[in-house]
Amino acid sequence: MEHGSLKDQRASTFSLTDEDHTLANSVRFTLNQDPRVTFCGYSIPHPSDARVNIRVQTTGDPASEVLKDSLQDLMGMCQHVRSIFDKAVIEFRMSRLALLAVVGSYVQQSVYPETGPLEN
Amino acid sequence: MQQKVENKSTMPRVSALDMPDVPRGQLPPHLELQRTRVLCASDAPTHTENIQYSGAYASMGVDNSLQLDQFCKNFRVEVIRLTEDDMEFDMIGIDPSLANAFRRILIAEVPTMAIEKVLIANNTSVVQDEVLAHRLGLIPIKIDPRLFEYMSENDTPNEKNTIVFKLHVQCKRGGPRLTVKSDELKWLPNGSELLLATENPNSNSSSRPKTYTSFSCSQDSLPEFSNNPIGPKHHDIIIAKLGPGQEIELEAHAVKGMGKTHAKWSPVSTAWYRMLPEIVLLEEVENEMAEELVKKCPVNVFDIEDVAKGKKRATVARPRACTLCRECIRGEDWDKRVALRRVKDHFIFTIESTGGLPPEVLFTEAVKILEDKCERVITELS
Repeated sequence: MEHGSLKDQRASTFSLTDEDHTLANSVRFTLNQDPRVTFCGYSIPHPSDARVNIRVQTTGDPASEVLKDSLQDLMGMCQHVRSIFDKAVIEFRMSRLALLAVVGSYVQQSVYPETGPLEN
Repeated sequence: MQQKVENKSTMPRVSALDMPDVPRGQLPPHLELQRTRVLCASDAPTHTENIQYSGAYASMGVDNSLQLDQFCKNFRVEVIRLTEDDMEFDMIGIDPSLANAFRRILIAEVPTMAIEKVLIANNTSVVQDEVLAHRLGLIPIKIDPRLFEYMSENDTPNEKNTIVFKLHVQCKRGGPRLTVKSDELKWLPNGSELLLATENPNSNSSSRPKTYTSFSCSQDSLPEFSNNPIGPKHHDIIIAKLGPGQEIELEAHAVKGMGKTHAKWSPVSTAWYRMLPEIVLLEEVENEMAEELVKKCPVNVFDIEDVAKGKKRATVARPRACTLCRECIRGEDWDKRVALRRVKDHFIFTIESTGGLPPEVLFTEAVKILEDKCERVITELS
């Protein structure tokens, strides 16, 4: 839902249902870093309504376009976080395996000297 | 008037044009410190706010606007610890609003399966029905919730949205008291065994009798459950204690839900983050001073190293252990020797899973949920 005047597209309040600080604060962060935004903020009018109001005022572009771009940015950031995180987890597992292999081969060397890594 | 001007001119006046230029494109060190660190003084932390506005440093020629490629370049994740049900990792180069969004989603919006309906056939124990049902609800179930669907109000329970457990225990007369543990919960892959009360039980005796669930097939015939039966994550959770002659007979129906409805659906026991502590020795702390500093810290952040000629010097050995108790900056002049700071964009994130999903999967699910939220709003806007 969108509250804004029809004449002036530069300033609007967007009312999102079933959302809370989780999305609103993240979007406020990306909106604030957009140079086209002169003002933005959000509020939760009543704690027992699942609703947030996001206010966006811009230097000239339609507020809805700017909000959409900000959401797109946020989504891009999330995708990047996810890919980097998955990579880090895989790397951690690999390094643990490598460590185990090294420790294992040292143990083997000390118990059965002069054997290779895969010999019994 | 003339007098006044002369008085002022006794102070050395330098034209702004003759002053050294502030280097453009970078912040002076004190502003950079305020931007990237929280300074923890003995009374209160300062510079806790994050500077988000894109034009905040426009006069310095520094662009503070969001650049996705810049974020991608700087963002790092380092896994510190990863076990079956807990993990710790560092998230570096991200804003607290996003880190907090992930934490909030982990606690309240990543779904799990939990017991929601309990059909009690018989309960002669001292634990009341409602207390027993509540206790059952809190038992973590080891199952991937992505294999199930949400059950909305008008849905009939079927094999895609409900897991049924049976609990039937009896304490023998004359025997010792019996402790009922969570391993007594038996999975019923074919659904409920309790018959619905119908008006005319003899009317259609040929068809299968109606129960509280309508499963079209057995859950253990489905490939994803066939060789790992569903059950509670821990087998030693005490549900109730029975005295001689007491009995509990019930059926528990688990459904998919989210932590914001009830904490029993929260997939994490805790998910939290803290900013990386940074401890800086502003001057050399030597000899007795160094020993005093090491003694001051209750979590052993500092070490002593020997330098030449029997001199000792304090070093910051384990900054991550710092709990910000501020013991080290208490007392005369210590705040001039030690500076406690927090790195604003470095988060030490810890996730403890309750067992439904491993912690690394929970985190990726949380990030996906934030993406879905964005997408939902984008489609509504266009």
